[in-house]
Amino acid sequence: MANLALRSLVQTYGKVTVLHGIDLEIEDGEFVVLVGPSGCGKSTTLRLIAGLEEATSGFIEIGGRVVNNLEPKERDIAMVFQNYAIYPHMTVRKNIGFGLRSSPLSRPEKDKRIEDVAALLDMTDLLGRKPSQLSGGQRQRVAIGRAMVRDPAVFLFDEPLSNLDAQLRTQMRLEIKKLHQRVGTTIVFVTHDQVEAMTMADRIVIMKDGFIQQVGTPSEVYHRPANTFVATFIGAPAMNMVTGAVADGGVRLDTGQQVPIGAELDDGRRVILGVRPDDLHLDSGAPVLSGSVTVREPLGPETLIYVHVEGAGEITAKADGRLPPDVGQVVHLGARPEDMHLFDAESGEAL
Amino acid sequence: MAATDQIRPTSAALLNTRAPRRPANMGQILRWIILFLGGIMMIMPIVYMLSTSLKWPHEVYNVNLIPKEPTLENYTYVLEDGRFFGWFINSIVIATVTTLCNIFFDSLVGYTLCKFRFPGRYIIFIAILSTLMIPTEMLVIPWYLMSQQFGWLDTYWGIMFPGLMTAFGTFLMKQFFETVPNDFIEAARIDGLNEFQIWWTVAMPLVRPALAALAIFVFLGNWTAFIWPLIVTNSVEMYTLPVGLSSFGDEADVAWELIMTGAAISTLPTLVVFLVFQRFIIRGVVMAGLKG
Repeated sequence: MANLALRSLVQTYGKVTVLHGIDLEIEDGEFVVLVGPSGCGKSTTLRLIAGLEEATSGFIEIGGRVVNNLEPKERDIAMVFQNYAIYPHMTVRKNIGFGLRSSPLSRPEKDKRIEDVAALLDMTDLLGRKPSQLSGGQRQRVAIGRAMVRDPAVFLFDEPLSNLDAQLRTQMRLEIKKLHQRVGTTIVFVTHDQVEAMTMADRIVIMKDGFIQQVGTPSEVYHRPANTFVATFIGAPAMNMVTGAVADGGVRLDTGQQVPIGAELDDGRRVILGVRPDDLHLDSGAPVLSGSVTVREPLGPETLIYVHVEGAGEITAKADGRLPPDVGQVVHLGARPEDMHLFDAESGEAL
Repeated sequence: MAATDQIRPTSAALLNTRAPRRPANMGQILRWIILFLGGIMMIMPIVYMLSTSLKWPHEVYNVNLIPKEPTLENYTYVLEDGRFFGWFINSIVIATVTTLCNIFFDSLVGYTLCKFRFPGRYIIFIAILSTLMIPTEMLVIPWYLMSQQFGWLDTYWGIMFPGLMTAFGTFLMKQFFETVPNDFIEAARIDGLNEFQIWWTVAMPLVRPALAALAIFVFLGNWTAFIWPLIVTNSVEMYTLPVGLSSFGDEADVAWELIMTGAAISTLPTLVVFLVFQRFIIRGVVMAGLKG
């Protein structure tokens, strides 16, 4: 186990810069998820940590030593790939033991390690099988087993659940989290799925266009987003955003509605008011937004409603699953002041 | 119960229903005729070879396919002739060593060109490919001069050296290595293997069909090679099968029945190799984007 630090990490390909000075400290035993849309630089960051690519500038430290000039095998890391990368011509036993080929351990010691890992991942019965005889979830476990058997200081996961169906993904998510709780190794996990990030991470690193947007616990990034990008990226459905201007100790929305806010800001300043669909309630308190229901999406215990608000576009809210409003019905949506988020309209930064 | 009764006749009716067969149209019939004629054209030389090998010398120039007095005398003569066995061994050694060298060198170069990024990679690949455009007949003079210079005339090495690595094989292997996901290579790199181990342990087993196809192409090419072995060999002992067979007879009279007998025997190994590995050949041809 080891801590990991990225210092002013820059990566360029020709004239294109994909990472603009990434600074990140990951504690020993921490489960950190890098999340962001395609092209944000999360996989590049992981590949730089693994040593599969050479950083243009900046430093990577694992366990306190700079590893920039070390080969991947010398960095004491193990990586699980999106496509599993388990060798089709080898049995599960050989695949798991592959990482021990260059290990100084004796043959019986290697066998014991392989069997211990197989037992931990509930794969003892599958050791003699070839990957083609395994299900998607089992293949994923073999890939994890191959990483675990080397007992590395840091585990790197590159979107390992992307190829699984929804049910299996949920199951594997849980298994990886349990595994981390058992072995306690530092994990850096890359995904584009914010639900994966929220459910698994000790801390989430949200990236966009090669910049870190926010680093925080799942609760912090959800409840106190640093900017409009984080606010809309984290949480499903996305946070509603309505523009307006500060006036009379509150915000006068472009819809014409006056909303009281806690912060003291200069009158006339352009702002964006953000409210999560979960925090918008039908006909409760002073209405913030009003409009007619255009679409309903029943989810069981609750129903997602899309409301067309003049001057604000489509707003998403959650209604009771048993008595949702009808399509076409005019509804008034209210929210508590503490559930509203204010962002600067120009920079998008939280106020 | 009532529901089951209702289903039964429907199922039975479905089972008895046959899709109506579409009548063959003129285009299809024409295709079959062309294919049939093509097949006849391909097989006729082989049939003629077998037929001649069963004829007595006086019947060789008769066009009849079925010999009037069939004989196995030619086979006995050829197999009892010590020279034939020597040529057979020469061909086996040369074809086998060349095939193994091609598998090694072509796949190594193909892998390097496919999986490593280095300056000039594309130029090297084009340079290798461009050698495909130079006909063998043009190359035999420099090959011969080289062989003479290095003392390789009339040796195994002299026969083999031009074909130990081929542009076609390199191209074929490069195409196949494109299908090996980079994740496999990178995973092995992280697991501590050096580049040569990755090529041998991870990449090579994943391109077995290509290796089999390449092995067959190279083996057959060298088994039937004639011009270069004819030029580079002087002594009868160093002849390969095709060169040796052509030497049956003298200036006044060519022993066609013996040549055809030797050719029939020498076809057997290639026929066996092809029947066993034909699916690899087809896949190899498809992957390399080649047409027959």
